[in-house]
Amino acid sequence: MRSSAEPKDFVARPARVLLFVTCLVDLLFPEVGEATVLLLRDLGVPVDFPDAQTCCGQPAFNSGFTDEARRTARTLLDAFEGAEAVVSPSGSCTAMVREHFPRLFEGTCDEPRARELAARTYELSEFLVDVLGVNRVAGSFAARVTYHDSCHGLRELHLSGQGRKLLAGIDGLELVEMARPEQCCGFGGTFSVRLPEMATAMADDKLEQAAATGADVLVGGDTGCLMHLAGRASREGARLRPMHLAVLLAEARGLMSPAAAR
Amino acid sequence: MTADPGTFEQRAHIGLQTPGLAAALGRAMDYRAVQRAQAFAGTDEPAVRAAGEAIRAHTVANLDHYLERFAENAAARGTKVFFAATAAEAVEYVLQVLRDHGAKLVVKGKSMVSEEIGLNPALGSADVEVIETDLGEYIVQLADETPAHITTPAVHKTRGQVRDLFNRAHGADLSDDPAELTRFARDVLREKFLAADVGITGVNFAVAETGSFTIVTNEGNVRMCTSLPRVHIALMGMERIVPSFRELSLMLPLLTASAAGLGVTAYVTFVNGPRQPEEPDGPDEVHVVVLDNGRSAILGGEFHSILHCIRCGACLNVCPVFRQVGGHAYGAVYGGPIGMVLAPLLDGFDAAGDLPHASSLCVACTEACPVNIPLHEHLLGLRREIARSRATRGERFAFAWWGRLWGNARTYRWSARLARIGQLPLVRRRRIRRAPFPLSRWTSARDMPALARGSFRERWRRMEGRGP
Repeated sequence: MRSSAEPKDFVARPARVLLFVTCLVDLLFPEVGEATVLLLRDLGVPVDFPDAQTCCGQPAFNSGFTDEARRTARTLLDAFEGAEAVVSPSGSCTAMVREHFPRLFEGTCDEPRARELAARTYELSEFLVDVLGVNRVAGSFAARVTYHDSCHGLRELHLSGQGRKLLAGIDGLELVEMARPEQCCGFGGTFSVRLPEMATAMADDKLEQAAATGADVLVGGDTGCLMHLAGRASREGARLRPMHLAVLLAEARGLMSPAAAR
Repeated sequence: MTADPGTFEQRAHIGLQTPGLAAALGRAMDYRAVQRAQAFAGTDEPAVRAAGEAIRAHTVANLDHYLERFAENAAARGTKVFFAATAAEAVEYVLQVLRDHGAKLVVKGKSMVSEEIGLNPALGSADVEVIETDLGEYIVQLADETPAHITTPAVHKTRGQVRDLFNRAHGADLSDDPAELTRFARDVLREKFLAADVGITGVNFAVAETGSFTIVTNEGNVRMCTSLPRVHIALMGMERIVPSFRELSLMLPLLTASAAGLGVTAYVTFVNGPRQPEEPDGPDEVHVVVLDNGRSAILGGEFHSILHCIRCGACLNVCPVFRQVGGHAYGAVYGGPIGMVLAPLLDGFDAAGDLPHASSLCVACTEACPVNIPLHEHLLGLRREIARSRATRGERFAFAWWGRLWGNARTYRWSARLARIGQLPLVRRRRIRRAPFPLSRWTSARDMPALARGSFRERWRRMEGRGP
């Protein structure tokens, strides 16, 4: 296997983390950001949110517009300068920082800052399990749940079941696996609007797999995938409810009421 | 060979509307996934792949040296080696050999290079009958199509469709039993093998040290093509070479495990040249056409490692886009992830410039590649070239403004506030169901969430007791 992601040097429990909220969460799904903060604080980790951040630049980067990607990506370098640990409720945006920032800024004066940030940025479930050493989240959430492994978390961050581990201890929650949980849902950022018919067919494939499990809730760690699947499910009148892992955990812990989540 | 007309989006539309296509492809791909996992079980996969990668990198970096040695050693055993700079040169060479022998009937083993140079149509125009002898390729030929997959050309066909094709072509009355269909094809093809003047095949690997080359199949048809006709012509891309049998002993099982989930295929054919004086049988002439056709322009550049490809098709087998539509949607000889990189490089951006965007960048291709080609990074690299040279004015304008506005938090907040007001006429119950272009590209089939009334930033101020 190609290991472009060198094994992370996991830091000891940091004194404070900075939240990299991502533009999608900031503008469309603020409850995911709130849930992330509540969860981290619940575990005794102080959280701060530097206001200078905007977007990791992935839409432009994946479309080939490198200069434009650098412009927005630089807001993260500024926002998180000197951070001990940066945590994000998105596998894809974390992978952008960790896998692509060093090369995006290669040869520029920002390269050292980009490398520094890449080494200190964590996806939420990875941070909870691998850094904080959380093995079990006590809580209750009565639902049949299926888990979607979003691509960049899975194949660029090499996440390996941290999300499922966090769900395993929750009372009333039954985890049922899809036929191909690791198959792309068809979001792909700009792909979803460049090739909408293809993206939709891929979403239908995923939603059929999820429906076949009898699950009420589809959980994932990326709001992009969840927005795509929820948008399709809603259009088709499907019963399945896509939900971010952070929101489910916060609700299960009683940190957030289902109403506050939206 | 030029691409089919239209865009990927248009061709994919046809595939997506074809009943049963995605289901047939999905079944085949799931089966491949199980087989592949079994083939690699018990091996140290990362180590084997790293070794494969190293062999390919070394060979391609020293391609001139190894091609020269191959040509020398092949010539020493009487094989005629021809270096074709272009597809046209390759086709002309083949036609000349056929003319020299007055050939009227050619039996062919599966060769993607022959597809690349458009050989079958050229032979047809020259009044030479060509019969494809790989069962899948034969099916595709009867259907007057091109292969839908590098290693399993008829992956998109159901057994019922194959039955109908055979019955129509031969006035037969066969059932859809695969064994019966295969037996029938075997009888038809056997006559052709015996009558053929020339056999044409591809090459999986050529061995520089010995001047020999090898072809793997599961049907034995290639062995017939290389041994029954008096003349054998083999076509190979210039990168399909290994230094010696030592490297071949790793590359061959890596190929068959990745392609078909097999440690070894049912037939592994080695060709060491034409019949030697002391040998009782074999072809009188063996020709090898080594094709460049744009490959040397890739050497040494950003996309260099795409020449490491061994054409196993593993990236197609895991691609979620390929899974929905198969190879024809790509409109190029090589489909799937490898094709999305190779076609723009070989056929140009005019013909295939939209292919690098036909990926969700899910990285499954890179994860599957047995020689660790970073396929998704090549797609990103091609997208950068395309953005530089071919982006529409609308796209340039949109990204330029996006970069400017989102390049600092103040204008980002300001743009979000404006958008929140702008969306108001479209929002019903926190959702947008219909929107004008370009948002219609989303809302055509999916609901869009409305921008939240308060952003996370505003919630944060509240959580901190600083905001309203």
